[in-house]
Amino acid sequence: MSAVATSIDHAATTDDPVLAVRGATKRFGSVVALDDVSIEVRRGEILGLLGDNGAGKSTLTKCISGVHQLDAGAILLDGASTQIRSPADARFAGIETVYQDLALFDNLTPGQNFFAGRELAWPQWLPRGLRFLQQRKMDAETRVLLANLKVTLPRLDAVVAMMSGGQRQAIAVARSTVFARKVVILDEPTAALGLRESRQVLNLVAALRDQGNAVILITHNMEHVVELADRAVVLRQGRKVGELMPTKDNKQELVSMIVGA
Amino acid sequence: MPETGNTGTTAGEAALPASRKQEAVPGLALGLALLSAGPVVILVLLIVVLSFLSPYFLTGRNLSNILAQTAVISVVAMGQHLVILTRGIDLSVGSNVALASVVGALSFHAGAPAIVVIAVMVGCGAAVGAINGLFYVFGRLPHPFIITLATLSIAKGLALQLADGRAIPGMPGSIDALGREAVWGLPGSVFVVAGVAAVLFVMAKTMVWGRWIYAVGGRPDAAVRMGIPVSWVLVSVYVISGLCAGIGAVILAGRTDAGSPLFGNLLELDTIAAVIIGGASFLGGRGHLGHALIGAIMIGVIRNALNLLNVNVFFQLIVIGVVIVIAVESDVLRNYLEGRMRVMQAGRQS
Repeated sequence: MSAVATSIDHAATTDDPVLAVRGATKRFGSVVALDDVSIEVRRGEILGLLGDNGAGKSTLTKCISGVHQLDAGAILLDGASTQIRSPADARFAGIETVYQDLALFDNLTPGQNFFAGRELAWPQWLPRGLRFLQQRKMDAETRVLLANLKVTLPRLDAVVAMMSGGQRQAIAVARSTVFARKVVILDEPTAALGLRESRQVLNLVAALRDQGNAVILITHNMEHVVELADRAVVLRQGRKVGELMPTKDNKQELVSMIVGA
Repeated sequence: MPETGNTGTTAGEAALPASRKQEAVPGLALGLALLSAGPVVILVLLIVVLSFLSPYFLTGRNLSNILAQTAVISVVAMGQHLVILTRGIDLSVGSNVALASVVGALSFHAGAPAIVVIAVMVGCGAAVGAINGLFYVFGRLPHPFIITLATLSIAKGLALQLADGRAIPGMPGSIDALGREAVWGLPGSVFVVAGVAAVLFVMAKTMVWGRWIYAVGGRPDAAVRMGIPVSWVLVSVYVISGLCAGIGAVILAGRTDAGSPLFGNLLELDTIAAVIIGGASFLGGRGHLGHALIGAIMIGVIRNALNLLNVNVFFQLIVIGVVIVIAVESDVLRNYLEGRMRVMQAGRQS
């Protein structure tokens, strides 16, 4: 958990954006999914990313997390231009993503999910795949992590397939905290959840911010935006059409921007 | 946020009457436990019943026979099991065994010493596996069915061509020794199976590579997004499946003192059947080596028993087929029960 401690230090000392996207453009065939979009997000800040279906929110975040590559534009991490060619690149650079479909392995336990692709293993001189798993160390860190986030699961040795929607969402969000050092992207983390489970996930999102991460939150829920987001960026048909501080009073303005009325 | 900070099991569960909690899940849990133990239970029952039906069945000699006859299926099924774990299938293993044995026999007749002959056979198997894996992954084929069907045909044709359609007798003495009795009345091949099982068990259970196989099989797209080198994991399982076929060729060559293009006929079906009968999931990501071994032994026991009971050979194929259907259906049932379990879990906490 040392990564978390250092990022809190940074949060206190810097006000420069940890992630900046400049002039992002992405086409799929003849469809322009992103057209010259620029966003910035700082440590300890939650940026709401809003827009109707097909506005380009998911495309933008997928470009940041390495699933897609930009056709034009640049991604800057701590001010330095960064090439993100794959999800592995993004994770290595300190960008974690909680996907809308959660990307959990149903056949693995919560702990195995947390460390998937990042297994603690030795000896270091062997190629990654041939190292031996440090299972007890991973189990212990899993327990610490879940306790810190106040997430309780019925069993840590049961596979994720057996768990409820809220539990699975919590596992996916908690996983992003294991290695997040700079940026966490959450794609509609509450879309499939009931009222109480949503509240629990929102608390986790706030915890991510308090750990010093820059958080990008995609959601359709205006209440959540007003409550949590420090700034909101609105996309429409691949373009950035507005950016403001969301408050109770300008909620209607935000909605107009989203639908383009 | 003390009242909302918990995610997962919450106060709501504690408030439930204990009796309801007790009855809600244990029924399902018992069903799931039975299903996962199913293959072992059936194998034990089978052995008990057969020992009553035939006085010869439970003799040391016959049991040793069964193990010797299932050695090839066992080894190749362990490789097949890794492929199936990643949602794949390797149809080429039977032809691969034939080709490897022929190439091995030819190298022996060209004057190669035993150790080289073994290396040639195992290497030939691994090479065919590498071709499968590389074409499947980097040729962007939609399913491994296609490339392994192609190499099934190519390897078989190549083996027939090289051997001129006939078996090539003669193998080094140390390979032949695998077919003979070694220790405790067991043939050497059984110890080869045990050795391969031990190595693969350690790799699958304790190494990062093993964890990645389960991740890729559980959810390939998520594995990519988590930064797991999915392409190389997939190539590796086909290489190991081919390698196991090469080892199978060594065992078979030792038992028959020959290499033959007719070896391994329908072995792909036997090994797939063994993995599924043993209780691994055809849907990927579920199962372990023990499943492949239990399945292989079960096939061996069924064949042996039908022989002892003088049942017509054609009927054996029908029995194995019926057993496969039962095994696959129990896999479906297991998935259904797990779904029910999930619903229960969700219900319990709201």
